[in-house]
Amino acid sequence: MQLVACENLTLGYEGEKVVSDLSFTVHAGDYLCIVGENGSGKSTLMKTLLGLKTQMAGRIEIGGGLENSEIGYLPQQTVVQKDFPASVREVVRSGCLNRSGIRPFYSKAEKQMAEDNMELLGIRMLAKRCYRELSGGQQQRTLLARALCAARKILLLDEPAAGLDPKAAADMYDLIERLNHDGITMIMISHDMEASVKYASHILHIGNQSALFFGTKKDYLESGAGHIYAGLGGAQA
Amino acid sequence: MMIMLDKLSFYWQYPFVQYALIVGVLIALCSSLLGVTLVLKRFSFIGDGLSHVAFGAMAIATAVNLSNRFFLVLPATVLCAVLLLRAGQNTRIKGDAAIAMISVGALAIGYLIMNLFSKSSNLSGDVCATLFGSTSILTLSETEVWLCVVLSVLVIAVFLLFYHKIFAVTFDEDFSTATGVSAKTYNLILAIIIAVVIVLAMNLVGALLISALVIFPALSAMRIFKSFKAVSICSVIVSVACAVMGILISILAGTPVGSTIVAVDIVGFFSFGFVGVFMKGAKTL
Repeated sequence: MQLVACENLTLGYEGEKVVSDLSFTVHAGDYLCIVGENGSGKSTLMKTLLGLKTQMAGRIEIGGGLENSEIGYLPQQTVVQKDFPASVREVVRSGCLNRSGIRPFYSKAEKQMAEDNMELLGIRMLAKRCYRELSGGQQQRTLLARALCAARKILLLDEPAAGLDPKAAADMYDLIERLNHDGITMIMISHDMEASVKYASHILHIGNQSALFFGTKKDYLESGAGHIYAGLGGAQA
Repeated sequence: MMIMLDKLSFYWQYPFVQYALIVGVLIALCSSLLGVTLVLKRFSFIGDGLSHVAFGAMAIATAVNLSNRFFLVLPATVLCAVLLLRAGQNTRIKGDAAIAMISVGALAIGYLIMNLFSKSSNLSGDVCATLFGSTSILTLSETEVWLCVVLSVLVIAVFLLFYHKIFAVTFDEDFSTATGVSAKTYNLILAIIIAVVIVLAMNLVGALLISALVIFPALSAMRIFKSFKAVSICSVIVSVACAVMGILISILAGTPVGSTIVAVDIVGFFSFGFVGVFMKGAKTL
């Protein structure tokens, strides 16, 4: 089942083109890694997929009965969150807001969903703790649990392991792989080539102003682009 | 002690003292509700900026002899609040600079207009009263009190109805928008109620001291509490308690109402800071 299809996308901001002619598709159950250098337009692409920005040209098709509000999102942490007084439970529950409409409180089912997702990610015992006092890995799990409350079909992850120590990063990648096995489609931005080629099923490599490669991981490793980067990352699958 | 109580019950007979207490408590309540969000959004100074806009509008209203100044002041302040909060991220002039620009500009124009058109002989006294609110809370009319009550109830109702959304939008605007919660709408609602509160608060503490009412209770509560709910509730309690104490002290000691309330707020902040440090120390022992 095809969930997202992009055709000849051109992205940019304030009239300036960042990347053009992006075409790729995402099917249910895929694990797509978007790789590329800083400033190549990875985050812009993700924001466009989420509807936070509009594309300059091209088409994005959301299919398979997927509504825009059914996309979960794990953003990079913002400065505001660093000293925000909020309990883990409050943050996770806020993921349910997109289905509550104008109802001013959470329903029983929504509260239960928040508890279940905290359980799933192993942060239930942290529920009453303050978000800003957690370790980086625990904070990412909290945000991931919130994303799961918002959507159970597809998740967009913006550098989920940024700023984590190697152990916490590996745990995070394992967790994401587990969720992917449970049937959640993943689209992830990553700087970490090693992890990308280890976990992903598909790779989208954005180069200077255009897509260098899109296809399965296997094809990527045999392609020219894959050789350069996988070589640099030190990973040989 | 008896003398103080006697003095208080003597003053309590006067309606203007009762009005001052009612309005004071309501404004303290409203401003502290919004303070938590504003401080977290890095908009601490919006209170200051908007209060200067309100001051400018007030000057214009006085110059053209409007019978009810609220009708000009409120829309002008709401407009500026919307511009500042909505523009937030995507403008050439960033948040803090935009606030500073509007704030200083409105203050200067306001003073200029007051100077050119004022018919009062005591100009610096007028300016001082508008900026520091030294007496205006003690000269409220019954209509103004009712207006204040109605607007406060509205602000509190909106805050309670949208509490969870305000939390989500403050914590992470991008996530909210991406998952289909309209951050723009809630930012607009926030901007409007912030402007309403600031126009209200101008009557109590005057333009210059509004920021204190917005910032201090929120910061005090954040020293000790760690969830959004607890911080919101605590800052409301702190704010109302400080306002009541400030008004009573100012009656007893004959000090200006606005600055006395802020002084009590400062004392509150340091006590909470002290307790916060103590609690942390107790935990590590």
